[in-house]
Amino acid sequence: MNEMTPPKEERSEALKGLGCSRKRVEDARFTQGKGNYVDDIKLPGMLFGDFVRSPYPHAYVKGINTDAAMAVPGVVAVLTAADLEPLNLHWMPTLAGDKQMVLADGKVLFQGQEVAFVVANDRYAAADAVELVEVEYEELPPLVDPYKAEIEGAPILREDIADQKEGAHGPRRHPNHIFTWEAGDKETTSKVIDDAEVVAEETMYYHRTHPCPLETCGCVASMDKVNGKLTVHGTFQAPHVVRTVASLLSGISESNIRVISPDIGGGFGNKVGVYPGYVCSIVASIVTGKPVKWIEDRIENLTSTAFARDYWMRGKISATKEGKITGLDVHVLADHGAFDACADPTKFPAGFMNICTGSYDIPTAYLAVDGIYTNKAPGGVSYRCSFRVTEAVYLIERMIEVLAIELDMDAADLRRMNFIKKEQFPYQAALGWEYDSGDYHTAWDKALEAVDYKALRAEQAERVEAFKRGETRKLMGVGLSFFTEIVGAGPVKNCDILGMGMFDSCEIRIHPTGSAIARLGTISQGQGHATTFAQILASEIGISADDITLEEGDTDTAPYGLGTYGSRSTPVAGAATAMAGRKIRAKAQMIAAYLLEVHDGDLEWDVDRFVVKGAPERFKTMKEVAYAAYNQAIPGIEPGLEAVSYYDPPNMTYPFGAYVCVMDIDVDTGVTDIRRFYALDDCGTRINPMIIEGQVHGGLTEALAVALGQEIAYDEMGNVKTGSLMDFFLPTAWETPNYETDYTVTPSPHHPIGAKGVGESPHVGGVPCFSNAVQDAFRAFGLKHTNMPHDHWRIWQTANKLGLHD
Amino acid sequence: MIPAAFEYHRPDTIDGAIKIISEHGDEARVIAGGHSLIPMMKLRMADLSHLVDLQEISELKGIILECQSVTIGAMTTQHELITHEELAKVAPIINEAALQIADPQVRYMGTIGGNVANGDPGNDMPGLMQCLDADYILVGPNGTRTVKARDFYEAAYFTAREEEEILTSITFNSPVGGYAYEKQKRKIGDYATAAAGVLITKEGGKCTHASIALTNLADTPIYCEEAVAILTGSDLSADVVEAATVAAVNASDPGEDNRGPIEFKKHAAKIVIRRAIERAIERA
Repeated sequence: MNEMTPPKEERSEALKGLGCSRKRVEDARFTQGKGNYVDDIKLPGMLFGDFVRSPYPHAYVKGINTDAAMAVPGVVAVLTAADLEPLNLHWMPTLAGDKQMVLADGKVLFQGQEVAFVVANDRYAAADAVELVEVEYEELPPLVDPYKAEIEGAPILREDIADQKEGAHGPRRHPNHIFTWEAGDKETTSKVIDDAEVVAEETMYYHRTHPCPLETCGCVASMDKVNGKLTVHGTFQAPHVVRTVASLLSGISESNIRVISPDIGGGFGNKVGVYPGYVCSIVASIVTGKPVKWIEDRIENLTSTAFARDYWMRGKISATKEGKITGLDVHVLADHGAFDACADPTKFPAGFMNICTGSYDIPTAYLAVDGIYTNKAPGGVSYRCSFRVTEAVYLIERMIEVLAIELDMDAADLRRMNFIKKEQFPYQAALGWEYDSGDYHTAWDKALEAVDYKALRAEQAERVEAFKRGETRKLMGVGLSFFTEIVGAGPVKNCDILGMGMFDSCEIRIHPTGSAIARLGTISQGQGHATTFAQILASEIGISADDITLEEGDTDTAPYGLGTYGSRSTPVAGAATAMAGRKIRAKAQMIAAYLLEVHDGDLEWDVDRFVVKGAPERFKTMKEVAYAAYNQAIPGIEPGLEAVSYYDPPNMTYPFGAYVCVMDIDVDTGVTDIRRFYALDDCGTRINPMIIEGQVHGGLTEALAVALGQEIAYDEMGNVKTGSLMDFFLPTAWETPNYETDYTVTPSPHHPIGAKGVGESPHVGGVPCFSNAVQDAFRAFGLKHTNMPHDHWRIWQTANKLGLHD
Repeated sequence: MIPAAFEYHRPDTIDGAIKIISEHGDEARVIAGGHSLIPMMKLRMADLSHLVDLQEISELKGIILECQSVTIGAMTTQHELITHEELAKVAPIINEAALQIADPQVRYMGTIGGNVANGDPGNDMPGLMQCLDADYILVGPNGTRTVKARDFYEAAYFTAREEEEILTSITFNSPVGGYAYEKQKRKIGDYATAAAGVLITKEGGKCTHASIALTNLADTPIYCEEAVAILTGSDLSADVVEAATVAAVNASDPGEDNRGPIEFKKHAAKIVIRRAIERAIERA
């Protein structure tokens, strides 16, 4: 180092690399209304599509008359299944190995199902014509309760596959049954539980809800008949997969399809799947030769595009009388709606539900999941979680509480006694996963100390006494949860979607003057990729994050990747970014060695430059190397400085965390007041602490919503009761409590920078924490379990059943 | 979620507006803040060909305070009610209630006239106006008439207003004594699970005047005559409050919806009503 070289710390800070709370570069445009969302895209001559939807949950479609609709001025076409059939597009494959009607083919299977697609010059004409399409229905009895799917006389929903005994995931025992999926050792588990000293059992319903992103789904499909190229702008969390699917379905060469995800206003899993609106828009554009736009309204989004959860879960957990857990047996009845359109890796029809042994050293376990068809909208996506992990963590965190009641133990002590120990990692779980790293005891102790857990329990005991004496009508709940996530899908050997391995990618180009562009196979929906991935790269290649442009979402320019969901971007694409950066650095080192006239091995990396070992005054910065890569003929080295990496992760990553919620509950009105919420997250190496905090706040708020009121409810006749934001709970700042965030750092041993992902942790850990707070408030009065959502009247009902209103 | 085609009118006088609605009969609807009507039009549940916007009519706006009397123009927004300092002094219950309506964005547009005239049982102002014993001024082709808020509501969305009339203003005597508007709701922007407006005047330990009205606990607002009778002239003891609360709950007739079953609503109503009475007594 010579006198002119700033100190290491100063140079390091200037990079704004790993660990820097760098402000989000995306926010300048979002906060000024300059984002570019799908509905902002306006192409010349663009037409608009709108759906005729079924008012009935189950009915035959006897006829469709489009004459009156076609007579509306401005209407160009009305597509029905009959129009799509010659193209073989009246049905489409789902991500789960099933098929789904694009437009009603002889029958409808859920309220809100797409029946006909009107295409018109403007949205108003399309909406007018939708009213005039005459559909003749013959109503059929609906199947709403999955427990009644296989009883005698149950209506058969999927007549198209009624005779198929074999589905995509093995044998089907009934026409309304989709699959049975098992993990673990049934016989041993059953024996362990039968012989156990203590067994706790509970059935719980994890209700159907919806990701409800602020921006609904939509697309603009544009077929250029001159050059044969199809361009689709859309709300896609996985644009490359959409391109592949579009090519396979349409027969158009993949090189002639360009899929672009522009700015996306939240996804949370809702924008992973392929929807009839996309297919119809593409067909309409091919037919008319004009661009066709389709944008859902809020009611359509809530009632027809992918829901989340809807798992009926029965758990049995066994332990010694001291509280050491010996076994776990879980059965799930999974309500998948009318088509199996779950967005899971192909081999995992119940996602990663087999992470349901949680953070505990449970030697024996067994899980069986039965998928069932009902007359409800299809979906089953991972709403701000990795595949079905929220369900799994909810189950085990409730079972722990139920077991604590059975043992008459403190639930915090019970958790601590059963945590997987630090020295047991990598830990082989009973249901198949190998946890990469963890230090649960440290995190738990830190959390309990931060909230002064003992004092909370003492206060709660006093409150119970005061309540019994009639001095207060408010109870106090202390909600605990300790979660282990499984994210970063995933290793190509066992994770694929429609046959595409779940690797991800990054391509980097360093410009001659030392700035750079990086392109990834993922797509941000608000996560801040342009901010954080530039930070990963800055630390790897010594170029300031401010000089690195990030691009995603355009299949013509970005390398192939499987997209953004399941907290996979940092674990997979983030790793690809680091690895591509290392390729850049390797080549840069050779160039620097040539420039400094030394051997490669004589150089060492120092933040932003290569320095000759033992001669710190002799160095070349990455900026100088970049210039040399373009302006000097270097023997044996190609000009330019670029790299691409496709990263196939060796394992998932396993972030974890410890949450505590303190809640006051008015037993007469059912009103809840969250006094305190403490969230400790361990997501391995922390890339941008400020973005982590933002993710935690967002995930917790969605967890609050789900736990306390957010649901897609159907009445007994299959009508959606909560199809608008009047009844569907989307929390505002008013309902959102204050959050205290904290962390520990246990890096992933197999990830290039040790990062694990955080976007979904707060949701996964938050739901059971809020729910446990409600349930804990009533523990002293004999409550074992009550189902979510814990809205006012259900809490009131719980109190009422416990006799607290007498 | 796109409305059918309609003609848009923007008259600048009350007479002009009445002329348009008289001409088109039930094909025409007046629009104030639009927070009830526009969603209904988008859902195509409100079928109309002529929309008569009242925004331009200056005679419908403003708050007049004279002696003991308060007159509020129908097109006065909830935001204007909340930020009117003099009104907050003479009728603080308006401020307390208006702050519990929806959210700031809605309150910038939503008007008191639209809120009371629409006949939606979920709206807060109708119950409040019954509590204040307000008069509604209605102007139609045959002139002006006054209908008491307590006589205005017939059933959900059915009121004493004739098709060709416009509700132009609301007038009431400024209340004295204690007040409270208590509302339980699931979330911001929601209608009440149960809500109650209460006024109490006390002299020498006796209640000299009382008023109680309920919101969203039947298909119209409810003025609780029996509960008022129990309170008036009483010493406002705990037993009296309990009896009045029970009488008010008995006057309610809530329906089951996503907010919960009837049994729960009656229980929540009881808590809300009791809290409102107790707070009003404290302030009296």
